[in-house]
Amino acid sequence: MSVARFWRKIPQRYNLVGTRCVTCGRYYFPPRSFCPSCRREGKIIDHQFTGEGSVVTYTIIRTASEQFENATPYIIAIVQLDEGPRLTAQIACRPEDIRIGTRVKKVFRRLGTEGKSGVIHYGTKFIPA
Amino acid sequence: MKDVAVIGIGCTVFGEKWSHSFRDLFIEAGALALEDANLSGEQIDSLFVGNMSAGRFIEQEHIGALIADYAGLATEHTPSTRVEAACASGGLAFRQGVTAVASGMADIVVAAGVEKMTDVAPGQTVDTLASAADREWEGFVGATFPGLYAMIATDYMHRYPLTREQLALVAVKNHYNGARNPIAQFQQEISIDTVISSSLVADPLRLFDCSPITDGAAAVILAPLEIARKYTDTPVKVLASAQASDTIALHDRRDISTLDATVAASQRAFHQARLSHKNIDLVEVHDCFTIAEICAIEDLGFCTKGEAGKLTEEGVTALNGDLPVNTSGGLKACGHPVGATGIKQIYEIVQQLRGEAGKRQVDAQIGMTHNVGGTGATVVVHILGRS
Repeated sequence: MSVARFWRKIPQRYNLVGTRCVTCGRYYFPPRSFCPSCRREGKIIDHQFTGEGSVVTYTIIRTASEQFENATPYIIAIVQLDEGPRLTAQIACRPEDIRIGTRVKKVFRRLGTEGKSGVIHYGTKFIPA
Repeated sequence: MKDVAVIGIGCTVFGEKWSHSFRDLFIEAGALALEDANLSGEQIDSLFVGNMSAGRFIEQEHIGALIADYAGLATEHTPSTRVEAACASGGLAFRQGVTAVASGMADIVVAAGVEKMTDVAPGQTVDTLASAADREWEGFVGATFPGLYAMIATDYMHRYPLTREQLALVAVKNHYNGARNPIAQFQQEISIDTVISSSLVADPLRLFDCSPITDGAAAVILAPLEIARKYTDTPVKVLASAQASDTIALHDRRDISTLDATVAASQRAFHQARLSHKNIDLVEVHDCFTIAEICAIEDLGFCTKGEAGKLTEEGVTALNGDLPVNTSGGLKACGHPVGATGIKQIYEIVQQLRGEAGKRQVDAQIGMTHNVGGTGATVVVHILGRS
């Protein structure tokens, strides 16, 4: 991943900045510049999510892609933020501490690195609240 | 629109084909299909080739022209188009071929699919497959492709009474069928114990819940039904061709355990063919994971949500059941060269309808195929019938 490709998503990845449609009031994360509900009538503005939500479903990854091979086993979940939207994220906890419905909150964590001289990926993980 | 028929089919043996290159694979499948239809290359009006990721698997793009060239058609300047929709690339290539013939733009059309997956390290293959989902918001945080289907399984098993043993029985059945298919990657039967004692890949999915990494190619030849009997005594008619899309990311779906694009494509296909579920004699579904076959049977409309595990346990989907599912062995046992899978499904249904399926032959007049891209962002459904 080029530096610019990572850098332009920093507000979203670090701080959970998504979007809200003023016309219909729906929240979007990952952010959308086009409201699928209102289409051309929509007016999209930035929205910073509180980062609190609950686990919809989850898995424990045992076999990962090259970039995450050293991190296994790790938990991946779909989290529903309290404002409504869902996102996929790692949950930093022991496997026995996660259930469907577990309350979680966002934390800032390192996700991985691209070799010795590549970009260091930071982003949002969740921990039990 | 013209009625369209399949007049020739060809498929390589699926597997880890260390001595075969990408080019070897598609030439072998194409030659078999042409031979089957008793055609020569210059009679081909157009080619559509399903391929997910030659760019990452063999560092080669521009697959359409490459295939036409190595098929000996460069001097004919035959139009050749690559079609990509991740694991649904093959089904979509078939649909493009059907569209070309039905519209009258072309008469003799080759619809093919090819994938060479073993020329890169397994870690890179895992990463490439993850690109069928949302790279920025799923893959970036470490979600693998099996991981996404595992989250479907977690959600499904929380809401419906599917047992671990019922899930394993999907793989057991598909290996039983694969053991009777000479092109299958795995021609061995397995037991429930094989599945539930295999290593965990992404909880609750184990190694034997997952389709393998496979090299292979398949090709079929299409023509207007009105001239099909010039080439074959056993044309198979395309009764419906349907396609649907959904959100690229699993987390944005209306319901994690329902592939709404499968529901939509299935409804469209039944409407086009003016048929109901009881008319379907067999179906090839996209069982990239055991949970995917469970969801497919339900989302295609063959039973209500939550019942497919019980149906599998009762043997309804077995070779001798009321609705044989994945007689080829499916993606699980026959193998899953991603771009070729959708065409292999057509290949299997045509063999069954012609009565050429050997030890896995079922009594069939009408068959269905179901090909999924990603976790359900693209779905292609076809219905085929004896003519």
